[in-house]
Amino acid sequence: MSAVHAGPEVYGVVASFRTPEEVLDATLKAREAGYQEMDAYTPIPVEGLTDALKFDDVRLGWITFLAGIAGGATGLWLEWWTSNYAYAHNVGGKPLTSWPMFFPVLYECTILFAAFGATFGMIALNGLPKPHQPIFNAEAVNRASTDRFVLCIEAKDPSFDERKVTDFLNKLGPEEVETVMTSEGY
Amino acid sequence: MPTLASENELLLPGKRTYKSIDEQLGDIVLDQSRHGKTWFTVFSIGFLGVNLLLVSILWLLWNGIGVWGNNQPVGWGFDIINFVWWIGIGHAGTLISAILLLLRQGWRNSINRFAEAMTIFAVMCAGMYPLLHTGRPWVAYWLMPYPNVLAMWPQFRSPLVWDVFAVTTYMTVSILFWYVGLIPDLATLRDRATSKPVRVIFGMLALGWNGGAKSWHRYMHASIMLAGLSAPLVLSVHSIVSFDFAMSIVPGWVTTIFPPYFVAGAVFAGFAMVIALAIPIRKWYRLEDFITMKHFDWMAKVMLATGLIVAYGYGMEVFYAWYSGNAFETALLFNRVRFGQTPYSWSFWALMLFNVVIPNALWLPKVRQNLTALFWISMSISIGMWFERYVIIPISLTRDFLPSSFGFYTPTIVDIGMFAGTIGFFIFMMFLFIRFLPMINIFEMKELWHHMKHHDKAHAASEAH
Repeated sequence: MSAVHAGPEVYGVVASFRTPEEVLDATLKAREAGYQEMDAYTPIPVEGLTDALKFDDVRLGWITFLAGIAGGATGLWLEWWTSNYAYAHNVGGKPLTSWPMFFPVLYECTILFAAFGATFGMIALNGLPKPHQPIFNAEAVNRASTDRFVLCIEAKDPSFDERKVTDFLNKLGPEEVETVMTSEGY
Repeated sequence: MPTLASENELLLPGKRTYKSIDEQLGDIVLDQSRHGKTWFTVFSIGFLGVNLLLVSILWLLWNGIGVWGNNQPVGWGFDIINFVWWIGIGHAGTLISAILLLLRQGWRNSINRFAEAMTIFAVMCAGMYPLLHTGRPWVAYWLMPYPNVLAMWPQFRSPLVWDVFAVTTYMTVSILFWYVGLIPDLATLRDRATSKPVRVIFGMLALGWNGGAKSWHRYMHASIMLAGLSAPLVLSVHSIVSFDFAMSIVPGWVTTIFPPYFVAGAVFAGFAMVIALAIPIRKWYRLEDFITMKHFDWMAKVMLATGLIVAYGYGMEVFYAWYSGNAFETALLFNRVRFGQTPYSWSFWALMLFNVVIPNALWLPKVRQNLTALFWISMSISIGMWFERYVIIPISLTRDFLPSSFGFYTPTIVDIGMFAGTIGFFIFMMFLFIRFLPMINIFEMKELWHHMKHHDKAHAASEAH
């Protein structure tokens, strides 16, 4: 970082709506108008919104799956290694590798690791924990956890122009439109 | 046959907005003046219980587990009865949050958070017993596999080791699932909080949740996968607990029906506890709009169904004792059923009364709609399920194979103190929870309300044509 503070920059322009249908409609129109870098902030998951944003992320499923496999492998390896090598002893004449008896621990380890994968994978992919984010500088987003549905067209979009975007969003019939700055409020 | 619209109307009646849902549910946490004398009274009872628990544990640690009634031949007493009882109660939470989510049962939304919290606290209560039963709980980490100077490792062929893995996994996954479910609600509370410390605390807990569509996308993936992972846990944890018995050679324990019948019993007991807690809390916090009579009706039906599975289990135990032709099994059966002639036969008949006879009243729709009746039936089931474990454990152990080693089991004051103490601890934790965290899932209620509106519109449109 340079020693001279650069001052706040534009993060994006937000428009707030009162219903999920309106924000979905606005997102589709913004997509048609050619905007790509967008996100919509809503109090409930809105069906169709990720399609409208042309966003898909299947990594979490893979993370969970691989974590589960890793868990199962760890559990089985632990049981096999400890009962054959680290602490091999005869229990009631049963074979050292009594695989049916090994199943419950293998099973629980699979679930445990997969649950860790799903939870921490979700948190990491969402870039959390991050208690403050530029988007929170928008007044409307503070109500996006209650009853406002907010569309943000971000400054990193190639065709972003603050004035044009503001005009465009105003035409969609929002409750209000505001420009969000990056470092305000720090 | 009611339509979907009218069913939804039954689940969330009245006129409301997104904001009013926040106000009704979130303000139970944010407006601390809503917790009056009732909260304080019940919380104080719980707090007394916690003290009783601490004194009992201290006395136990100071003297050793000889202060319990456990003896030879009854090595398992109140500790294991209560362990199994508590862990069973926890199962309703996971069933409601996981299996009913996968089955897309919208009615689960208003009770899942509450039931999940119940799961966590019940598993905490359960976990105390085996840890204390080790005699030296300060070295309880020996139960875990880790490289140590003794070069010893767990014996993975033992169901008791499976139990360690099952219960710790269950506890961990329940906490993860509960916390993931809380994140959006914590963000709502952060944004609605008026004082800075409250905002900072909820802000930290919410991890910076922004409600972005991209975040929601991954969030919904995570929650459906956690549900998918918890569903087999519901079935496996109590199955593994039942293996502690079923894998042994003790008469009355070594039966293959144990895993399914334990799981059904767990759900039965769990729903009874959910109902018993939901009835007073709903009244005190005026949540009649969110936890409706329809919810109670459905919970009662689940309870009735699982209760019948449990009753079938009892029937099969009797049948197999006869059908096996095994002298020890037959003797055990007579020990259970011959009222007045064997030491604990009264507990078997108490079990029949509380768990089989009384719950059948739930067949009647009028009973399912009567909260007083429902509350007392739930209490009866809780007591009945406790007797089930009492019947299984001491009756089998006092009289096993050799008459020369027959014994008797009487719980001591420390046993009873600890049991009452864990009930107090459970109430204490539940009441802290309802005061400081949203007890009904706010965002899911808003989603349910949104779907209802949507459905009503579609309905109106189709009628207009």
